[in-house]
Amino acid sequence: MASLTETSPPSRLLSVLRQIAGGLVTLAITLLGLLVVTFFIGRVVPIDPVLSIVGERATAAQYEAARLALGLDEPLWRQFLIYVGDAIQGDLGVSIRTRAPIAEEIARYFPATLELATLGTLIGVLVGVPAGVLAATRPGSIADQVVRLVGLMGYSMPVFWLGLIGLLVFYGHLGWVGGPGRLDPVYDMMMQFTLTQYTGAVLIDTALNGAWDAFANAVSHIILPAGILGYISMAYISRMTRSFMMNELGQEYITTARIKGMPERRVIWVHAMRNVLVPLITVIALSYAYLLEGAVLTETIFAWPGLGSYITDALFTADMPAVLGGTVVVGAVFVTLNMLSDILYRVVDPRARR
Amino acid sequence: MTTLTAWLTDPNPKSRRQARLGQAWLAWLRLRRNPPAVSGALIVLVLLALAAFAPLFATHDPFVQNLSQRLLPPGTPGHWLGTDDFGRDIWSRIVYGARITLYIVTLVVVTAPVLGLLIGTIAGYFGGWVDLVLMRLTDIFLAFPRLILALALVAVLGPGIINAVLAIALTAWPPYARVARAETLTVRTSDYIAAVRLQGAGAGRIIWGHVVPMCLPSVIIRVTLDMAGVILIAAGLGFLGLGVQPPLPEWGLMIASGRKFLFEQWWVATMPGLAIFTVSLGFNLLGDGLRDVLDPRSESR
Repeated sequence: MASLTETSPPSRLLSVLRQIAGGLVTLAITLLGLLVVTFFIGRVVPIDPVLSIVGERATAAQYEAARLALGLDEPLWRQFLIYVGDAIQGDLGVSIRTRAPIAEEIARYFPATLELATLGTLIGVLVGVPAGVLAATRPGSIADQVVRLVGLMGYSMPVFWLGLIGLLVFYGHLGWVGGPGRLDPVYDMMMQFTLTQYTGAVLIDTALNGAWDAFANAVSHIILPAGILGYISMAYISRMTRSFMMNELGQEYITTARIKGMPERRVIWVHAMRNVLVPLITVIALSYAYLLEGAVLTETIFAWPGLGSYITDALFTADMPAVLGGTVVVGAVFVTLNMLSDILYRVVDPRARR
Repeated sequence: MTTLTAWLTDPNPKSRRQARLGQAWLAWLRLRRNPPAVSGALIVLVLLALAAFAPLFATHDPFVQNLSQRLLPPGTPGHWLGTDDFGRDIWSRIVYGARITLYIVTLVVVTAPVLGLLIGTIAGYFGGWVDLVLMRLTDIFLAFPRLILALALVAVLGPGIINAVLAIALTAWPPYARVARAETLTVRTSDYIAAVRLQGAGAGRIIWGHVVPMCLPSVIIRVTLDMAGVILIAAGLGFLGLGVQPPLPEWGLMIASGRKFLFEQWWVATMPGLAIFTVSLGFNLLGDGLRDVLDPRSESR
């Protein structure tokens, strides 16, 4: 600790590299832990995986052949190794429902979730950060109380219920937004048959194709679910921004800057914000990861063809490989985002380095 | 009254109980000056009252179907929150649903924090590789998306109230382990622990009798703040049909049943959602207030 200030530049680079390496090792261990958990969930499931493939009327020989093909005669530890090996190579098994490789299906569903969560986080940051700063600069004021209460309400809101109310009001009564789904059926057909799909994200694809009426339609469909996720994310971000900013504003360098006669706007948005941004990166990454999860319930409300819909649909057809495959993917993204923000945090903030 | 306050605020308490009650009194005085926390406490009290005296508050039997009375709007005489698609009174179902919500919350609260406390204090007390292994385990579970893991667990265990509780508890313990470990590390080397150890107390006795009590305040704050999350996840599982099963009046399940006619009979899905929202807001307000009051390190305005 004492040597931190005396270290020469090369060893500081080394320490950063060591941080990154340490983070990657932790990431690998956590991902392995994730696979252990999903593996065991998959083994204790009361649904016979062989029976669900060959069907009830299969002969004993067919049953045995399918059992061997699944590798279920191997000892448990070997089964686990095979499972991990497959997962690393991007093989998550075959869906019972559709008989298609799960990884391919997820790759098709994932962009929709990503699009929704990204837009949600964007809204959360654009509203949440200024709101948090406003509250922190006027502690105890009406604005502060409002930000705090609105945030706390966001924490307390069942997201699926908020989605239903949103649909009821903005779609059913006011007709301001598009209904469930990513596009109206007409544009959906257009998307599938005449437009080039570059990314799988409807907003980007329609824009790249220059199909602006389809783009407008996509906006009208995404704005409500994204706004709802954005509100949930805003609740968290504004609260954390407020607390970080209040902490910074109590520091002596802020007093110095004020005494020098620096405009308050500059003190807050340049001097204090620079330091607030460091922990805020972690918060934003966390809320992004959380939105990926929150999207599960939101997607079922808005018939949004994303990973959440994929997992819940699989659940209701007892397609356990697909459920677990989806869990692994969401878990892996979640863990990676967590870890990346952690590494980034340590790299950006020298105080966080041990 | 004055003698009681004097007794409570006596700077030289005669007994341990007097000291404790005095502390509680001071905490209450601080809490009372925090209107949001008081309103949160009121909401929680109302929830407790509704659950305890459900037959008194309910105007109808929550299970009796009456198809001639189905989908009546709010404000109908006798059904002030309206009726659902089976003609059941929504208010009475919400009242009885409070019992289910409270039941789930209680079960989670007596399992997850205990498990977390156990793991956290053991890790913190023994240190070394025990700490390493247990904390890695905690990190792994902490890194999981909670709802997704609960979904996968319920999918395996099968839907039902106990399995939902189990799934929620299994995803809720890691933060408690973290908190308990941090508290344990601060008291582990203190003199009073050394004194107990010199008297020949074993590790189990030290942890249970002398370390765990020190962790309790932080854990209790965490529990209150966590309850809203537990309620929301339980409602989410119920909404997806993976938690409590019909015909029980669980709030998430009630929302799901009202979803089919959302645009025509909006109240069926809206009312139970309001109940979920109010109750979790209550727990959040109370938890926030408690943290300000009990935890001197938290942000103070």
